[in-house]
This record gives sequence, C-alpha cells and structure tokens, in this order.
Amino acid sequence: MLEIKNISKTFNPGTVNEKVALDDVSLTLEDGDFVTVIGGNGAGKSTLLNAIAGVWPVDWGQILIDGQDVTRLSEHKRAAFLGRVFQDPMNGTAATMGIEENLALALRRGTLRTLRSGIKNHEREAYRELLSKLGLGLENRLTSKVGLLSGGQRQALTLLMATLKKPKLLLLDEHTAALDPKTAAKVLETTDMIVNRDRLTTLMITHNMKDAIVHGNRLIMMMEGKIILDIRGEEKKKLTVEDLLHKFEEVSGEEFTNDKAILG
Amino acid sequence: MNIMSLVNALPGAVAQGLIWGIMAIGVYITYRILDIADLTVDGTLCTGGAVCIMALMSGQNIWVAMLAGTLAGMLAGLATGLLHTFMGIPAILSGILTQLGLYSINLKIMGKSNQAVNVDKYDLLVSLRYIRDVPFYRNTILVVLVAIILLILILYWFFGTELGCSLRATGCNDRMARAQGINTDFCRVLGLMLSNGLVALSGALLSQYQGFADINMGRGAIVIGLAAVIIGEAVFGKIFHNFGFRLLGVVLGSIIYYLVVQVVIWLGIDTDLLKLLSAVVVAIFLAIPTWKSRYFTKPVRRGGKQ
Repeated sequence: MLEIKNISKTFNPGTVNEKVALDDVSLTLEDGDFVTVIGGNGAGKSTLLNAIAGVWPVDWGQILIDGQDVTRLSEHKRAAFLGRVFQDPMNGTAATMGIEENLALALRRGTLRTLRSGIKNHEREAYRELLSKLGLGLENRLTSKVGLLSGGQRQALTLLMATLKKPKLLLLDEHTAALDPKTAAKVLETTDMIVNRDRLTTLMITHNMKDAIVHGNRLIMMMEGKIILDIRGEEKKKLTVEDLLHKFEEVSGEEFTNDKAILG
Repeated sequence: MNIMSLVNALPGAVAQGLIWGIMAIGVYITYRILDIADLTVDGTLCTGGAVCIMALMSGQNIWVAMLAGTLAGMLAGLATGLLHTFMGIPAILSGILTQLGLYSINLKIMGKSNQAVNVDKYDLLVSLRYIRDVPFYRNTILVVLVAIILLILILYWFFGTELGCSLRATGCNDRMARAQGINTDFCRVLGLMLSNGLVALSGALLSQYQGFADINMGRGAIVIGLAAVIIGEAVFGKIFHNFGFRLLGVVLGSIIYYLVVQVVIWLGIDTDLLKLLSAVVVAIFLAIPTWKSRYFTKPVRRGGKQ
C-alpha cells in the first residue's frame, strides 16, 4: 500500500540550525495495517507524515502509494490518496464555513472542482447520518459554523472529513494531543470505529505509549530521524509499557527521558 | 452653508458611492474571502478607466470598452497572483509591485496622464450628467444599481459552486484546503483576477461618470474599498448574514462613505485633507477588533472548580 524507500530530509541545510529530520527512512505498509508511531520530541514523526503528505519535497528517496510514485506530486494532488488529521483542531477544518460545507469540500477531494453546486441536497441526508454516528449532536447543526465547535468536536469532524471519501492511507498526526483526556479517549474510540469499519491503512502518531500499544496491529518508534523499533503481530499484542521502555534502552543505549511519553 | 447645496449634491454622492461599491466588492473578495490585502487595486482602478476611455476614443462600442477594461484588470490580478504564488513573494509586496508597474502601463495606455471624453460625442452608459433630467432608465444611479444587483447574484452563485467553495476554504485555512486536495495557488490567482476585474470595471464606470481617466484616479482606492467594507460590516453586519446581503452591505458602506465625504465637504473642510481623514478613519476602524479584545474583554476566572 505504502512504500517509503530511503527518504531523507534536512531542514536549513548549511546553517547553524541545520537539522536532519529524516535519515534514510524506509517503511512498507501492507493493506489494512494500522501502525502507531511513537518517539520523543524532534524524533521525526511529524516530518515522516509531512513527507508522505507532500508538504515539502524530500531531499532523497521515493514514496509510493499503491504502486504509484508520488514523490514529485504536489500536496494537493497527493491529497487524492490521503486522509489527514492534524494535532491542532484549528488546522483540519475551515472555521468560517458550515459543518455541511466542510464535509462537502472533503467529499470532493481528488475530483476536479467545477462550477457545479458546492453541496447537493441529497448529500445533506448522508452527512446527517454520518454525523449522528459520532454521538456529538452535530447532526442537527449542519449549517453551524465550524468555528463554534469545541476542539473535540472539530477533531471528530476532521476525522469524518478525512475518511468521507475512503483514503488509501489515513495520516493521524497526534490528533488527540490537544484534547482533554476524556475527549481524547472519545476521539480515539471514533478513530478505531472508522478505521475498523472501512479497513483503512493508517499511520497514527501518538505521544501516549499506552495508546500506541492498545491501538493498531503494528508499532514503530522513531529517534533522531530513524525508525529504531518495529514491532508487529503477536509480539505487539503482548507488548507492555515496561517492555517498550526496556526495548528502547536496548536499542538506543540510553534511558527514555520523555516523561510525557511515559505518563501521558 | 446652504442646505440645498448639500441636498443637490447627494444624488451625485450616491452614484459615486454605487460605482465605488463595485470596487469595494472586489476588495471584499481579496480582503475578507482570500484574506489578502491586495494593493494592486490602486493601479487597477486606473487601468480599467484608461482602457475603457481609450477604447471608446478609438471608436469601440461602450460595452466592448468596458469589457476590455475589465479584462485588463483581470490581467493585473493575474500578474499579482503569479508574483505571489509562482514567485513566492508575500501577497502585500506582490500587490505593491504590480501597482507600481501599472503606473507606467497606465501612462502608456493613455499616452499622457489624463484623457477626457465628451459626454455629448460618445454614447456613455453612466455620467454625472445622467443624474437628473434624463429618462429614468438612463439614470446613472439606476443603471449602476441594476449592474450591482446582477453582479451580486452572479457572485452569490459562484461562491456556492465547488470552485467558489474551494476559494473560500483557501482563504479561511489553506492548510486544510490543500489536505482536501484544493490547489490553493490556483484559487489565490483566480480570486485576485476576479477581484481586480471588478475593480477595473468600477474604474471603467468611474471614468465615464467623471468624463475622464486620470493617472491618479486610483490613488488610495484600497483605503476607500476597505472603508466601505468596514462601514458596511459595522452598520449591517448584525442584520445581514447571508453572503449576498453582506456584499450589498459593502455597497451600502461605500454609499455611506461618499455621503459622509459630501457632508464633510459641505461643512467646508479643506478638501486637501480628505485622504488624511479617510486614512485616520479606516485606521481606527481596523483597530477596533484589537482594542475590543485587549481592553474591553472581561477577565475569565480560571480554576473555579477547585
């Protein structure tokens, strides 16, 4: 489904702020894989997702989605294959537009936007039904401006938008990090529901080791722009936080010092 | 201070306000929808007027002349758009660069700094002579009003289409727009072309109305446009929620601006100070949202539950 071959990215090359964000990373995802990504600050997790999404070109390497080389495709063209949810709830939606308008924008992802009507009547029924499944009462507020919604509601809506048109790959960039624990749990539950229902291939960054272990069928850990751990299958199912910390020390030769990742 | 002289001047102020209202709609598209302060318009207004007047003088029909003026404005918008997207120059600088370049282009279009047409020799659509003592269907106020209603209906339709929605999404949150597969660069260029086309159309009408095109006619246009947008929102924002009515509010804001200017002139203020006055008024209105949030918000008590 997703094949990443030896990609590298250095920010601000040749300056004092030079930072190797991705260092010869390779990763292959099978159809239906749900991979959680963990690692400390600056480990390259978000950079990896941005590289796949095409926010900027990579310095080196190749990215294939479903066998198609997308390395040189611009961000908006790649969007046809991708569903994305960002860390900041403000980033995923258009605040001054209505809930239904946001969904209508998402439904047209990957199609040529023409002078046809931006939202058709029959779409509204479908949106209402999908929104009611979120259990947030949004189904009765179709025309409300998204700016009026809470962070959790916006993330749930963004998740719905990202998957409204089934993406080949779903990219979740710490999408619960900005939410309070209860809302975060609810959004994660919704994530599981949608991913399992549509059998979506998913990459989910999280700062919470427990979440990373509980969700998905595969876990990767990143450090200094490299993937240092890749655990899957039966081994992933039996994994505990202690195991993970132990493995981390084994691989990296240092103690895991990011409290946020342990306690979160 | 003869009150009748003010009353007599009001229809002219309304006509002028309506013509500038088209310009203000153009500013609304960039400033409010695309979230770009586009300074190209100071040059585009004259370009529209210059092309229209020169086309008329070369014997073109008035409709062809106005269409040519509008298209010239769209080209100016295209230039700013490409400077901004293709060449990566900040939007505000792109607008300034195009505006500066347009000064020369406008001079070349007209051949000198001012070109006049005689209303008796040409079949003009609008003129300050067509305010009174003409059949009602030739009245400039009615003609421009009809044009504005048509324009608002077209824009209302357009911003409801898939393409129009993607323009709105680009202005609201370009990161989200790209994630949803919208070509944000294309949308910005298209929006700038649309906006500058409208501004040039306004310039074409204005030059007919006053009977000449002048190299300085667009100076400070962006400020007048912003004033119209801000006045329109301040006065009608609470009652007009529908997009079409918001555009109408902007036009009404422009009319209010010109009525106020007329009153100020009638009060006998030195007209040299008019632009300074406009700048100060717009600056204050632009500051209001900041002042409101900084000085007039009640502090929220945190941690009340503990």
